[in-house]
Amino acid sequence: MTTKERGFLQALWDFFCSLKLSISLLILLALTSIIGTVIPQVPNIPEEYIQSLSQTKVQLYDKIGFFDMYHSWWFILLLYLLTVNLIACSIKRLPRVWKIVSEPTLVMDESFEKSLSLTHEIKLKGDGANVKEKMVSFLTSEFAKPVITEVDGTCHLFAQKTPYSRLGVYVVHLSIIIIFIGAIIGSYFGYKGFVTIVEGQSVDSLTSRSGKTIPLGFALKCEKFTVSFYDTGAPKEFKSILTVLENGQPVPGYINIPTIVNSPLTYKGITFYQSSYGSASEGGTFHFTVRSRKGGAPVKLTARQGDKVQLPGGGTMQVLESTDEVRNFLPQFSGPAARIEVTTGSGAPQAFIVMRNYPELDEQRGGDLIFSYDGSDQKFYTGLQVARDPGVWVVWLGCALMVGGICMAFFMSHKRIWIRIANGRVVMGGSASKNPAGFQLQFDALVDKLSKL
Amino acid sequence: MSSSLLFNVTTIAYLASTVAFFAFLASRNKALGLAGSGIAYAGFVVQTVAIGLRWQESYAMGHGHAPLSNLYESVVFFSWTIILIFGIIDLKYKYRVVGAFVVPFALLGMSWAQLGMESGIEPLVPALQSNWLLYHVVTCFLGYAAFAVACGISIMYLIKEKRETPDSSSQAGGIIAMFPSIKILDDLNYKAIMIGFPLLTLGIITGAAWANYAWGTYWSWDPKETWSLIVWFVYAAFLHARITRGWVGRRAAILSIVGFAATIFCYLGVNLFLSGLHSYGGR
Repeated sequence: MTTKERGFLQALWDFFCSLKLSISLLILLALTSIIGTVIPQVPNIPEEYIQSLSQTKVQLYDKIGFFDMYHSWWFILLLYLLTVNLIACSIKRLPRVWKIVSEPTLVMDESFEKSLSLTHEIKLKGDGANVKEKMVSFLTSEFAKPVITEVDGTCHLFAQKTPYSRLGVYVVHLSIIIIFIGAIIGSYFGYKGFVTIVEGQSVDSLTSRSGKTIPLGFALKCEKFTVSFYDTGAPKEFKSILTVLENGQPVPGYINIPTIVNSPLTYKGITFYQSSYGSASEGGTFHFTVRSRKGGAPVKLTARQGDKVQLPGGGTMQVLESTDEVRNFLPQFSGPAARIEVTTGSGAPQAFIVMRNYPELDEQRGGDLIFSYDGSDQKFYTGLQVARDPGVWVVWLGCALMVGGICMAFFMSHKRIWIRIANGRVVMGGSASKNPAGFQLQFDALVDKLSKL
Repeated sequence: MSSSLLFNVTTIAYLASTVAFFAFLASRNKALGLAGSGIAYAGFVVQTVAIGLRWQESYAMGHGHAPLSNLYESVVFFSWTIILIFGIIDLKYKYRVVGAFVVPFALLGMSWAQLGMESGIEPLVPALQSNWLLYHVVTCFLGYAAFAVACGISIMYLIKEKRETPDSSSQAGGIIAMFPSIKILDDLNYKAIMIGFPLLTLGIITGAAWANYAWGTYWSWDPKETWSLIVWFVYAAFLHARITRGWVGRRAAILSIVGFAATIFCYLGVNLFLSGLHSYGGR
């Protein structure tokens, strides 16, 4: 290796060890993260938003990765740089800190004493051994059990509290790396997807976010779906009753499990979350009442979607579409509605809407037959988010470490007390890794007790 | 007695406390400073009772839940946490004058809630029906409140620093003379953020745990999540700035103010300007 190369590597190492790099990266991450909260991100980009941008802007944003910025190469690069930075910082500083923890300075000599901001000297009567014993029991009872070192007739005592709190910062740094590892495990070995199940039916595969079909390895049946509302009209509960099937047989313990928002169902590491619902487009039957304008008894009709049903007096009708809440389409009306097409012997087919809450409405249409809609026993489908994430426990481990590490780093302090006994003189010195003002009070209290011995 | 009456009493108490603190600044009369703190604590006690009462009232209405479910309730709780954190700092470090820059935040919150917001107790929508709501909201808002206190202290720092000339023995009297020295303000700023940062971290983690439990993803880069992370980044930068030469003091104070601005955007701006999973917080 040439000197020039070594110089470059040294410079690179210093660059990655610098705290200024950490601060810059953190601020840069904060600033760039804003972009993705202002520009819609895939897969939730509204069509109107794309149309509101100019063509060049769309191409530019797409090229820079603004539409999926948290997975763009430059954002990931920033995260990697931060990781390298905190590893390098830890490698550089940890050995020094570890030395303080594992090989504490046991002896306070005169020069070390000068470097301490808290020192105090007192005179104690009695012979050396007696004083030493007094000091040992004093430290043990008032602070912590001391280590005794005798050098050339001088006796040194050293006692410390929570030395490991110095490692808190490194625990936090480690926790961030562990969280990243958990996230990477999740993205490689897990998936997120979606299933929709019509009441009474079952599915054995899901559609992933990228559109792939993934087999579940078992089947999930939706026995029933219900939705309830508060008096105010706000939704109260969405509930799917789910059963897990293995080889077509219900699995004991997983039969008729109510699955609501905030209470998912987990089976074999795959979790199902109540997410949406709707009316199934197939399978339901619709009920109508038909009477002739000329009079006569009304006739009840039942139709399946798409089926042509014979009408009394000739002709057919069929259901084109239906809804549970017509207000979404016609704001002045409410309740269930169906759009039907009626073909009588003469003339072209006629399509119109009938509504359950307005049985008289069809009279105004002026047809020979008057239809009213009695509703349907149409089925709901339930929409469930599906997730499998084997990395999630690694992430929680990282989170727990982070909380622990932050508490160590912020709320615990490495406190050290030295005592030197020589020729009837007792010198006490102290230092703390954090909160010097608080430690000074504690030190003064110790001095106070010591002088009363 | 209803909770809404007590909330009005609280608002008036915070107003009186703010006035007393400003008078304290102007007159340097110690009794006024004591009155400022005392009235703020009295208001805090009343507010605590009021929040408890509102909780009880929601049970009486048949859909009992912690009063943390919409914008009104969160603003009221935010004010409560600001006074709580101020109280801790005041009682522990005894720099009363900080109240003049912190109690106004609580007053602002309470007046906005009482005058400008619908205060009815609403039933919980399905997304919020979870015990995680309590843990998540309490940790987040305690963190936010500590940042509010840190922001007030940082504003004091910047004002004081501008006036404090190198020969500070001859510094001008007046309002600024009441302020603690910039070294102490810098330290108090750090201490407030030392309270806030762990709480924000816990708030983000409980939020992630709840999201994972309810939606199957602990992180989905939703605007609210992202902004909470932005706030976390800013205060992480602050903590590292504190141990870097050239970043102590002025720049740290600016970072603290920027951090609180980001906090407020995370809390209110995201709901007002951006759409996402936390939409119920905007109503």
